[in-house]
Amino acid sequence: MNIKPYGDTLQDGKVQISFTLPIAADAIGLEAARQLAKKMGLIDPNVVHQEKLGDHFSFYIVYGSVGVSIDLNDIHVETFETPTMTREEIEQLIETELDRELVFVGASTGTDAHTVGIDAIMNMKGFAGHYGLERYKHIKAVNLGSQVANEEFVRQAKLLKADVLLVSQTVTQKDIHLKNLVDLVELLETEQMRKDVVLIAGGARITHELAKELGYDAGFGPKKYAEDVAAYAVLELIRRKKQMF
Amino acid sequence: MNKLNLDQKTIESCRIHANAIAEKIVRFIDNHTTVSVERSILRLLGVDGVDRYQVPLVNRLVDDCLQQRNCGEGISRYLAASLKNTQRNLADFLVAYQAGKATLAKDPASVEETLAILKPWIDQGLKKIQEQKELRNHWINTYGTAKTQIYVIVATGNIHEDVIQAQAAARAGADIIAVIRSTGQSLLDYVPYGITTEGFGGTYATQANFRLMRQALDEVSKDVGRYIRLVNYASGLCMPEIAAMAALERLDILLNDSLYGIIFRDINMQRTFIDQNFSRLINAYAGILINTGEDNYLTTSDAVEEAHTVLASQFINEAFAKKAHLSASLMGLGHAFEIDPEIENSFLFEIAQAEMAREIFPDAPLKYMPPTKHISGNIFRATMQNALFNLATVMTDQSIHLLGMMTEAIHTPFLSDRFLAIDSAKTIQKTAKSFREAIDYREGGVIHTRAREVLQKAKLLLGDVEKTGLFNALENGVFAGVKRPFQGGKGLEGVYVKDKDYVNPIALRMEEFFR
Repeated sequence: MNIKPYGDTLQDGKVQISFTLPIAADAIGLEAARQLAKKMGLIDPNVVHQEKLGDHFSFYIVYGSVGVSIDLNDIHVETFETPTMTREEIEQLIETELDRELVFVGASTGTDAHTVGIDAIMNMKGFAGHYGLERYKHIKAVNLGSQVANEEFVRQAKLLKADVLLVSQTVTQKDIHLKNLVDLVELLETEQMRKDVVLIAGGARITHELAKELGYDAGFGPKKYAEDVAAYAVLELIRRKKQMF
Repeated sequence: MNKLNLDQKTIESCRIHANAIAEKIVRFIDNHTTVSVERSILRLLGVDGVDRYQVPLVNRLVDDCLQQRNCGEGISRYLAASLKNTQRNLADFLVAYQAGKATLAKDPASVEETLAILKPWIDQGLKKIQEQKELRNHWINTYGTAKTQIYVIVATGNIHEDVIQAQAAARAGADIIAVIRSTGQSLLDYVPYGITTEGFGGTYATQANFRLMRQALDEVSKDVGRYIRLVNYASGLCMPEIAAMAALERLDILLNDSLYGIIFRDINMQRTFIDQNFSRLINAYAGILINTGEDNYLTTSDAVEEAHTVLASQFINEAFAKKAHLSASLMGLGHAFEIDPEIENSFLFEIAQAEMAREIFPDAPLKYMPPTKHISGNIFRATMQNALFNLATVMTDQSIHLLGMMTEAIHTPFLSDRFLAIDSAKTIQKTAKSFREAIDYREGGVIHTRAREVLQKAKLLLGDVEKTGLFNALENGVFAGVKRPFQGGKGLEGVYVKDKDYVNPIALRMEEFFR
């Protein structure tokens, strides 16, 4: 099936874009914006708004239609579905299948000072009504906070005998988070710990595909909560345990 | 204006508790110094520059001092002895020192000698600060100050790009420009040097960058007929050094919290308390307005349940600021609009909190932070949330209005993001101009009840903290649920007990000024 963006009629291909040009807001700017939109491939671009941003910049809002479409049959996505489980179900699963306390160690690593993400998953209170890992029976959740160096993170993981490592990366300027995430994988491999832990990355700009590519077991982006992370990790630990026998 | 009819006795007991809490810490502060306090003294005496490995001279000198004794006698006494021994003036000594032709004296000069020898440079440093202060006052007297000042952030990593964005923001209507620091700078135990064009999530705070941005904002101030204020961050391990540089380069506002570094950057609490005290003394002397970071509690903890910790922290920050001679007009106490919008009446709770802060600290230029925690990638919804925040700002007469960005949590703001935010704020300021004068809140209504509840809880918390002491309270995780050990965290190795003959010649003169 071929699809296009939907404005108010099937296959009308309508999109909205906005951008800033580094020139004054005048007739030339207006025409430049229109031609730019055309070059982007928009059919009948309509510059609906031009706004002066100081003397040397101007802002544009443009509507138009795209001529291209996407054939859904050509799309292959590695879907990553964790079964929806409640906290109680996860606790029960640990009890019956693993029968021990699991250690989750989490941190916002490198120079990242943001704790919002890791706190949302780990802290007692959780986020948007989803309790964090600290509240789970049979899970010892250790949140090391922000700006934790990879070396320190690995040291603590070893010390605490971590089963699951949660790495949060929020700041994304100049892709520093990617390098930091890769460095951690390499460090774990050097320490021969990589296979002993379930390694999970999380953050606003993290996807499962990206995490896999970087050498992680899984990645969790927006709208994922403690139970998603816990369900995945517990099932993965059960899978690994079964593989051993 | 009194819209909440808050119990004045409860407010008074909060202040008494907070004062007692700060008093105990001040006794500790008075007996200690830190490497960054000592480096700040050197900076204010005019020591600047780096060696060929980019190590600042102030670090070199203090490190030399540490190799011989410790900082407890004060770097000033060693510097004075060095000048005396080598018969050089400061500039010549520094050239010789850098060339390896002179070393820091092995034995310190006496306190009297130190004050006499260093007098010309103390005078010069303080004079420069006073001149900058007068210049700022002149600008402000010429152009006036908006009742609610619009505050935006630039953070490209490249100071030259920051300048372009800052000037554009000022022309669009911003009154205050903050240059966000490169991620991780707060954990550096030195201040980088020179003009910088690369950073992560922000731009390095350096004296050269300060100067460049100040010049650019002076330029644009003349064009737009408003004095554009410049902000940076006196936090982290170099807190007082940043304050010293800011005083010399006429920054107008500094983020300068007494607890923030401890809780959110895991900087040792002893180090932080000592550093914040000297940095605030410098700020008070230089007329630099401080902003405190209570908003951060709410990004970590729940904004409904932990609202009283924000108020309690505001009282504590006020008490510490008073001890460092900061007047109420320089205390930009912080708070934030961070309640989950899914909660019924959350807007009313926000109004209660903001109005309460306004009434309890009537002379403080309160700094109000936008929603961030509950902003998702939906830029259209974020625009609505920010509009609610802007309305709350106008309704409760906040002074420093940090604008929310629709692209929060996506990227550092685009030029257009900032512009749209300013446009929204200005439109709401205009459309709701006299809203505050036109409304009263009903006795027994949601807003009254909420404000009283929060105030009452803050009083109980402050009472508890007074009993256990602030050090213990921080160890127990009273604020933002974060526990910090007395001996833990970064920077403890830079804390020293003052020798009985310790002297900080700059602090001495500043204290004199306030007497």
